[in-house]
Amino acid sequence: MSTNQPDPNATIQSKTATREAQPRPVKAPDGKRVDHARSAKQFLNAPEHAKSHDTRVWAMRTKRDKQAHTIEEWEELRELASQIKTHTLTNLDTYLEQFEANAKANGIHVHWAADGAEHNRIVHEIFKEHGVKSVIKAKSMLMEECGFRHYMDSVGIEIVETDLGERIQQLDGEDPSHIVVPPVHKMRSDVARLFAEQLGSDPDNDDAHYLAGAQRDATRPLILDADAGMTGANFAVAETGGFVVCTNEGNADLSANVPNLHVASIGIEKLVPRVEDMGVFIRLLSRSALGSPITQYTSHFRAPKQGGEMHIVLVDNGRSKRLGMERFWSSLKCIRCGACMNTCPVYRRSGGLSYGATYAGPLGLILNPSFDLHRYSNLPFASTLNGSCTNVCPVKINIHEQIFGWRQVLAEEGHLPWTKKTGLTAAGQVLASPKGYRMAIKTTNSALKHLPRWALYNRMNAWGEGREMPSPPDNGTFHDWYKRNRLNGQAKTSAGGANE
Amino acid sequence: MRIGLFVPCFIDAFYPDVGIATLELLERFGCDVDYPFDQTCCGQPMVNSGCHDEAAATEALFVKNFAKYDRIVAPSGSCVHQVRDNLTAIEQTPEVKHVRENTLELVEFLHDELQVEAFPWANFPHRVGYHDSCNTLRNLGHGKPSELHGEYFSKPRTLLEKVAGIELVAIDRPDECCGFGGTFSVTEPEVSTQMGQDKIADHGRNGAEYIVSADSSCLMHQSGCAARIGAPIQFKHIAEILNGASQ
Repeated sequence: MSTNQPDPNATIQSKTATREAQPRPVKAPDGKRVDHARSAKQFLNAPEHAKSHDTRVWAMRTKRDKQAHTIEEWEELRELASQIKTHTLTNLDTYLEQFEANAKANGIHVHWAADGAEHNRIVHEIFKEHGVKSVIKAKSMLMEECGFRHYMDSVGIEIVETDLGERIQQLDGEDPSHIVVPPVHKMRSDVARLFAEQLGSDPDNDDAHYLAGAQRDATRPLILDADAGMTGANFAVAETGGFVVCTNEGNADLSANVPNLHVASIGIEKLVPRVEDMGVFIRLLSRSALGSPITQYTSHFRAPKQGGEMHIVLVDNGRSKRLGMERFWSSLKCIRCGACMNTCPVYRRSGGLSYGATYAGPLGLILNPSFDLHRYSNLPFASTLNGSCTNVCPVKINIHEQIFGWRQVLAEEGHLPWTKKTGLTAAGQVLASPKGYRMAIKTTNSALKHLPRWALYNRMNAWGEGREMPSPPDNGTFHDWYKRNRLNGQAKTSAGGANE
Repeated sequence: MRIGLFVPCFIDAFYPDVGIATLELLERFGCDVDYPFDQTCCGQPMVNSGCHDEAAATEALFVKNFAKYDRIVAPSGSCVHQVRDNLTAIEQTPEVKHVRENTLELVEFLHDELQVEAFPWANFPHRVGYHDSCNTLRNLGHGKPSELHGEYFSKPRTLLEKVAGIELVAIDRPDECCGFGGTFSVTEPEVSTQMGQDKIADHGRNGAEYIVSADSSCLMHQSGCAARIGAPIQFKHIAEILNGASQ
């Protein structure tokens, strides 16, 4: 704990209170759609945060480009990684059984969980058997999916996040906003204020080293006293029954090695056949994620430590169902690098929490609907379909085509908002009729020309909130021009009539 | 070879000069160009929102209008992408396949098919920032996107470099989306306009007097953003410059 403990309330007012407050997303009530646009608007209404977020996340994309472009065979590596994942997913049953048999032979206890609830129950049972009261945990998106921390809160077991970013989010009661850098939407001043409240550090000191030190002082004793450690896994190797965890802080190694009990939660899609496959994935992972050649720690776990106990919980939680979806199964190739988020111009402008789901950004647009189609029915529309996500994906998931595909599923299954659906149905009818179409253009241009500004730029005009409308051309449409200049004023078909 | 000129709906309504420039440019190269009068739209607004069934009648009309041509050329990357890659709401008859396989975006047609070497009539003595629309860049293959590893190429810049007087300027985020995105522009207006403002600021910061693109939809969005804040930057479709517009 920091020795410098001023009265937090007094000092907060002095400096940090003048800074822009951290924007908070609008939480959708249970059973309601997440409103990405509304939360994004709130995020953009905090311009310092929004600009800092865009700049920082774009910097990761830039570094990624630099790293990727130094490797001549980069695109071949992506193709190879994609093929290894496709092969594994095609033979997933075989590889899972092989993994389980080898892990057991190494002395690891292996459990199977059909969904998040079962995962949480299994882990709870293990903890009960060992009388576990406090747990140190490395970052895991799977455990976020399972709502693991909330569950453990409800049964009175203390979870301490050991990843600095994830710890910040835990202390703030927020979900991670990015899968690799969880608090990337926060500014240092936000962290200084949070640590002052939660850890008693100096709210006016937003030096990164000072803040990291304050957190370390506060958390280290909890790590040393924990009864159990939890990690996720980046890869599970079928031929050895071992698994690989990549971190930059070494926190997974603390979580795995300090307590005698280590529980690893692993999604069934994490399998790769052979250890040598790591030679492909490790080269891709951190370069894609942060633009660094490799993570600081790449830890291979294969058996419990001497005198310790190791458990693996293999979790499905919707993965088998997704594997059966013809258009969307390849999303299971994902290695959770976050490159698609970093390149996504919408993610960078709206912040990860605006997605209101475990997964943000392009990856979130294609994963979340498979968990709850209605709740996440707006998300596939939080994209311009620009396609850069597909190009940066190290395992070549056709992300933007899947976003496009989910839109079709949503429309077919009746999850589009009523106004959108009726508007597009009407548009489809007008655009299928040459006469109706010419009439619509005439009406639009006439309105743009003759309506006063206050009537055009009303509350209903989303285009006009931040943009001017195009002005109608002085000499009419192209259609008019063509008739005058190429056909001597004669319309070739009846459709021209509507415009005369 | 008979060419059917496809002038997408919003170009017809708001940017007739782009349609005129495209037609005149093709005629300068001796193309036999026809403009089918009953044309409306390619179906993209419905399809990009997932409403494929609602687009079927529009798609059928498109095919009916253009089936008789050897090539269909349009000055709009996103519409060409729709026709070529996503016009699937109707039965894929030989006629439909013919239309889909032979629809080309103007830059592709000039660069790949006509292999134009010179635009002797063109002179554009200005600093130009070229805007790669996402559809032309990543779906039609106008160039190498910055995030992919490989040999650099850019078909539109290759064409623009043949224009006398032009100075092409580089920007900080060369192929970042401008935020138009079709219905995205109105369902996510704040993010969309923020992206548009960031885009024009990037061009302005790097000294561009004009933003030029092969997609009028991106330009409509960006010019709307620029007009709202009074930014002095101007906008032109690449067809207008290649056809000899001087300002």
